[in-house]
Amino acid sequence: MANASANPKGSGALIRIDSVTKRYPDGTVAVDRLSLEIPDRSITVLVGPSGCGKTTTLRMINRMVEPSEGTILLDGEDIQRRPVTTLRRSMGYVIQNAGLFQHRTILDNIATVPRVLGWGKQKARARAAELMERVGLDTALAKRYPYQLSGGQQQRVGVARALAADPPVLLMDEPFSAVDPVVRKGLQDELLRIQDELGKTIVFVTHDIDEAIKLGTMVAVMREGGHLAQYAPPAELLSHPADAFVEDFLGADRGIRRLSFFPAAELPLTTGQVITADATAEQLAAPDEPWLLITDADGRPLGWGERRDLTAGDIRTDRLLPHGRPFVPGSDSLRTALDSAVLSPAGHAVAVDDTGRVTGVVSQATIGEAIRSAHAGGHADEAKVAS
Amino acid sequence: MNVLNFVNAFFSDSAHWHGYDGIPQRLLEHIQYSVLALALAAAIGLPVGLLTGHTGRGGNALAFIATAARALPSFGLLVLIVIMMGFGLLPVMIPLVILAVPPILVTTYEAVRTVDPSPVDAARGMGMHESRILFQVELPVALPLILSGLRSAAIQIVSTATIAAYVSLGGLGRYIVDGLYQRDYEKVVGGATLVAVLALVTLALFWAVGRLAVSPGVRRR
Ligand SMILES: Nc1ncnc2c1ncn2[C@@H]1O[C@H](COP(=O)(O)OP(=O)(O)OP(=O)(O)O)[C@@H](O)[C@H]1O
Ligand SMILES: [Mg+2]
Repeated sequence: MANASANPKGSGALIRIDSVTKRYPDGTVAVDRLSLEIPDRSITVLVGPSGCGKTTTLRMINRMVEPSEGTILLDGEDIQRRPVTTLRRSMGYVIQNAGLFQHRTILDNIATVPRVLGWGKQKARARAAELMERVGLDTALAKRYPYQLSGGQQQRVGVARALAADPPVLLMDEPFSAVDPVVRKGLQDELLRIQDELGKTIVFVTHDIDEAIKLGTMVAVMREGGHLAQYAPPAELLSHPADAFVEDFLGADRGIRRLSFFPAAELPLTTGQVITADATAEQLAAPDEPWLLITDADGRPLGWGERRDLTAGDIRTDRLLPHGRPFVPGSDSLRTALDSAVLSPAGHAVAVDDTGRVTGVVSQATIGEAIRSAHAGGHADEAKVAS
Repeated sequence: MNVLNFVNAFFSDSAHWHGYDGIPQRLLEHIQYSVLALALAAAIGLPVGLLTGHTGRGGNALAFIATAARALPSFGLLVLIVIMMGFGLLPVMIPLVILAVPPILVTTYEAVRTVDPSPVDAARGMGMHESRILFQVELPVALPLILSGLRSAAIQIVSTATIAAYVSLGGLGRYIVDGLYQRDYEKVVGGATLVAVLALVTLALFWAVGRLAVSPGVRRR
């Protein structure tokens, strides 16, 4: 993924939250003197345990909740200065259960804000159809009603509807938390892709730290009582948690997760153990390794076999042990490589190129060394590596 | 003689089909009273129900007024009003409207209040004005329930509009009141049958309106 803040395209706006406090009428202090600078054209994630004030903070940005104290600036201008409807129409809003209008077709749901802004029906619908494609929805669904869609599809419609009038800001409150993990991953990838194309200023609320780390350019970790615990890029969060609360919130496998930020490109690969299925007896005998990776004639991995079980000219490819998910050194991270090695029966991760041909293997021990030197090298890459 | 014979005799007597006391005339009068009463009740019940349902305020007061109004006997009220105001259309309309407002008001309030809050939240977050939220987001979803309130009000009006005959007005009640007075049971049964048929037609009408006006996305088929 490209660093979103470097995106030259897009129409994002900078949001400044300046020592904002929200005290609800019953006395609950949901947000306490919060200050945040939300960079434009990037995804800023608000994350924290339930009740820590994430939703309240988000809703103060579009004035669904009015702050008790402090100011919020949008591109330097106090949001109180603008008529509330004008402000909201410049900010897309996506909520947990999509909140679609069940009496309107998918197309008309998406066309809502353009229609509110006074666009003609044809123009608004054409725009809506364009957005369906952008969020990965089959345009054959256009005439359906929300109840005829799956939860994941409904959520895409919610995102499309929020983007319809091309607002510079997108506010998203746990938009993907009601769908299953597979669909959620798809939606997250889609959001990153859309963000790469559009370069909006996105404020994203979640209580899922993995989601925060995957999506965020900046992550604000909040704690109960509406306090900001730490505000940092995800790699820094993982390497230098500000305090015990953040460390605890990041979970036990923080070290492993941090590996997502180190590219696997530098790993030294070896090819001695890689043998084609039609190898001769000499080729089989050559490597000084108990495990051999067998490939087909094209160089695609078939599986691992122990040398003493293999007979030249008669390699039973159906008896080989699975090679697991290979990694692509150019685009994957050390985390993927390590995972691949851990799952391998031979203790070696398989590296492939973009076309799936084996470029070499690397042992757990070698990956371990790479991890140690990466940590010693200090900060992880700021740009995230797809993992 | 059984009831069916009465019905048969009533409807086959050609004298019942003509003139100021003929079936078409009485039916028309009955429909006029009913439509007027329903329109007046809706003009009161719908706006108040929509507004209180949208804001969520005033629900308790509404329920109290509605229960009190339901406890009033329409006929007794009619007699009382006639004593106070004399004969005419207005004394008939007042009890009918009082009868019909509570079901319209209470169901409209409940229908709007119980609309799923998340689309409303989304609409507000998109910068829709409150009136647009009410009419374009809440109303279409609340419509089936609102129509059912109007429907039960309409049925009650149709069957109760017979009281108009007691204050010398027309309508199908004429046959029942006159028939009882003249001990002409053929007329009584005929009138009652017509009222029942009109009630069924009203039901059918509301069903058709529901089919046409409620979005397939809300009907879910
Ligand atoms: N309208 C309200 N009136 C009173 N208290 C409220 C109101 N809305 C929220 N709160 C309280 O403010 C605090 C923060 O709520 P908020 O909804 O912002 O939390 P959150 O971080 O979004 O939680 P979750 O992850 O559960 O959605 C909570 O203690 C909550 O009970
Ligand atoms: Mg929340």
